Amino acid sequence: MSGTHDAPAPAAGTPMVQVEGLHKMFGDLHVLKGVDLEVPRGSVCVVLGPSGSGKSTLLRCVNELEEITGGRIRVDGELMGYREVTKDGRTRLHRLHPKVVARQRSRIGMVFQRFNLFPHMTALDNVAEAPVQVRGLSRSEARARAAELLDRVGLADRADHYPAQLSGGQQQRVAIARALAMDPELMLFDEPTSALDPELVGEVLAVMRDLARSGMTMMVVTHEIGFAREVADTVVFMDEGVIVEQGTPEQVLGDPQHERTRSFLAHVL
Amino acid sequence: MTGRTPGGDAAGAPGDDPVPDRIHARPVPRPGRWVSAVVLLVLAAMAVNALLTNEKFRWDVVWLYFRDVTVVRGVGWTLVLTFGSMLIAIVLAVLLAIMRRSDNPVMKAVSWGYIWFFRGTPIYTQLVFWGLISVLYPRLSLGIPFGPEFFEFRTADLFTAFVCALIGLSLNEAAYLAEIVRAGLGSVDPGQTEAAKALGMKDGKILTRIVLPQAMRVIVPPTGNETISMLKTTSLVLAVPFTLDLQYSTNAIGNRLFLPIPLLMVAAIWYLLITSVLMVGQHYVERYYGRGFGTQTSGGRRGRGPGGRGRRPGKQDLIAASGTTKDDPFLEVTP
Ligand SMILES: Nc1ncnc2c1ncn2[C@@H]1O[C@H](COP(=O)(O)OP(=O)(O)OP(=O)(O)O)[C@@H](O)[C@H]1O
Ligand SMILES: [Mg+2]
Repeated sequence: MSGTHDAPAPAAGTPMVQVEGLHKMFGDLHVLKGVDLEVPRGSVCVVLGPSGSGKSTLLRCVNELEEITGGRIRVDGELMGYREVTKDGRTRLHRLHPKVVARQRSRIGMVFQRFNLFPHMTALDNVAEAPVQVRGLSRSEARARAAELLDRVGLADRADHYPAQLSGGQQQRVAIARALAMDPELMLFDEPTSALDPELVGEVLAVMRDLARSGMTMMVVTHEIGFAREVADTVVFMDEGVIVEQGTPEQVLGDPQHERTRSFLAHVL
Repeated sequence: MTGRTPGGDAAGAPGDDPVPDRIHARPVPRPGRWVSAVVLLVLAAMAVNALLTNEKFRWDVVWLYFRDVTVVRGVGWTLVLTFGSMLIAIVLAVLLAIMRRSDNPVMKAVSWGYIWFFRGTPIYTQLVFWGLISVLYPRLSLGIPFGPEFFEFRTADLFTAFVCALIGLSLNEAAYLAEIVRAGLGSVDPGQTEAAKALGMKDGKILTRIVLPQAMRVIVPPTGNETISMLKTTSLVLAVPFTLDLQYSTNAIGNRLFLPIPLLMVAAIWYLLITSVLMVGQHYVERYYGRGFGTQTSGGRRGRGPGGRGRRPGKQDLIAASGTTKDDPFLEVTP
């Protein structure tokens, strides 16, 4: 791999996400076959690709929900999941303690296709739970902050509802507020609107658009080409575990260089 | 609202009915229902009659001993044994279930072996065994195996009949509950653990705050059954022998008076009474852990109606019923 053992201090120029030569295998199934990707601070990266191309796996690797098979992932300059130890001129990887992994994850927000709200808690407590359990905030502080975040996603009056009492779009907005409650420096979205009825997609995309405008670094897997065109700084097209092409939305969506990208876009547009 | 009742008697004038020419059809005749209901009622009346009029039940004796001090004390001990052993068993069962799910093969094997042994032998045998523990090991000591010992005591001092009964019942029960807890933990969507992990929560917190509370929905109903079953299993503690519980004390009185049947009735009525109270308790515990699970549809799409606590009907019902989210406040919030 590259020769950067001593983790560089996160300089202002360091990209928020650096993925180098990422491989992921599930048993014999080679899902990611050498992915290289950089997401600059404050930018929005939209990942497109056909089903099974490894988009979800890529996001899950960044958040350490999957153990990677090869390569390196850095977030804010910090190597994820491992520690590099150089001894006698050889570099070895040591796995990080689960506590440290949990801390690394707490700086990355993740929004799932199926929301995964905690059904036994109200919307407010869904948002307040992690700050209490992870950050050690008092319940009342966390609730006050949660109320602000619910307000920000337009759900101030739904604070006392349980997830089952909310529409899909409202649930997904609570899920976004829940992720924001940990003050993440990076947000990952895995098809956040795919489980929604068409008339509810807009409200979730609007929240995401606001978030992007506020300067949040985001990686978004989506099939919403309109959103990609409008909000993305870079668009990445993946197929069969590799990045086929990447560039600005104008380049990738407007003038795709590869046949596979073109036929995919022909299908979704 | 008007016109809610099918007869339409709530509506004032017939012209108020929003449904023109409302249907008032006669139901399909079901004579079989009537016949079977009558037969069952007659049979039930016969059973009640047989119970009340047979002198040998001696209801006067039943009523007298129902309030007897020894009997009421027996009820107390039975309750202590039931709840004490259930509490210990629940704690053990959660530990066993977690061990069973862990990646550590030693933990898995120990948990499996425990369940295999305690489910595989009769509770009566186990209780006899615990009663004999002080014969098997007259002195117990705490120390390092094959190494130095720290202190020593007489087994019989610690393992009184009550303690033996409690241990016997709870260790056996833990094996059954462990499987229930395991099924409960397994019933929680793995997405819940993932979402909690992604928020940076640690495994212990994920278990206690996210997974267990949801697993309780699956765990509570069978645990209620187990508690009721435990109430009656306590009648076996004479195997230890522990002789203060309800079954043993009523039986002893019955033998002394040569009136076994009325005293059996006393025990049966007390057991029924306690079971009924437990069922009410179970209802409330189930309702508590069912909160938020009103009517969730798969994929987390729109749920209908109020949640388990049912304390927020009204507006949300109307929204859900209307099938739209037109009242969405978000539309007004963002520019
Ligand atoms: N836990 C797992 N175990 C085994 N195989 C897996 C696992 N997760 C994903 N895969 C496989 O990895 C491949 C890529 O899956 P992934 O979910 O990343 O695709 P995707 O691009 O997100 O597709 P989609 O658009 O359908 O969500 C698929 O072939 C999938 O079957
Ligand atoms: Mg996916």
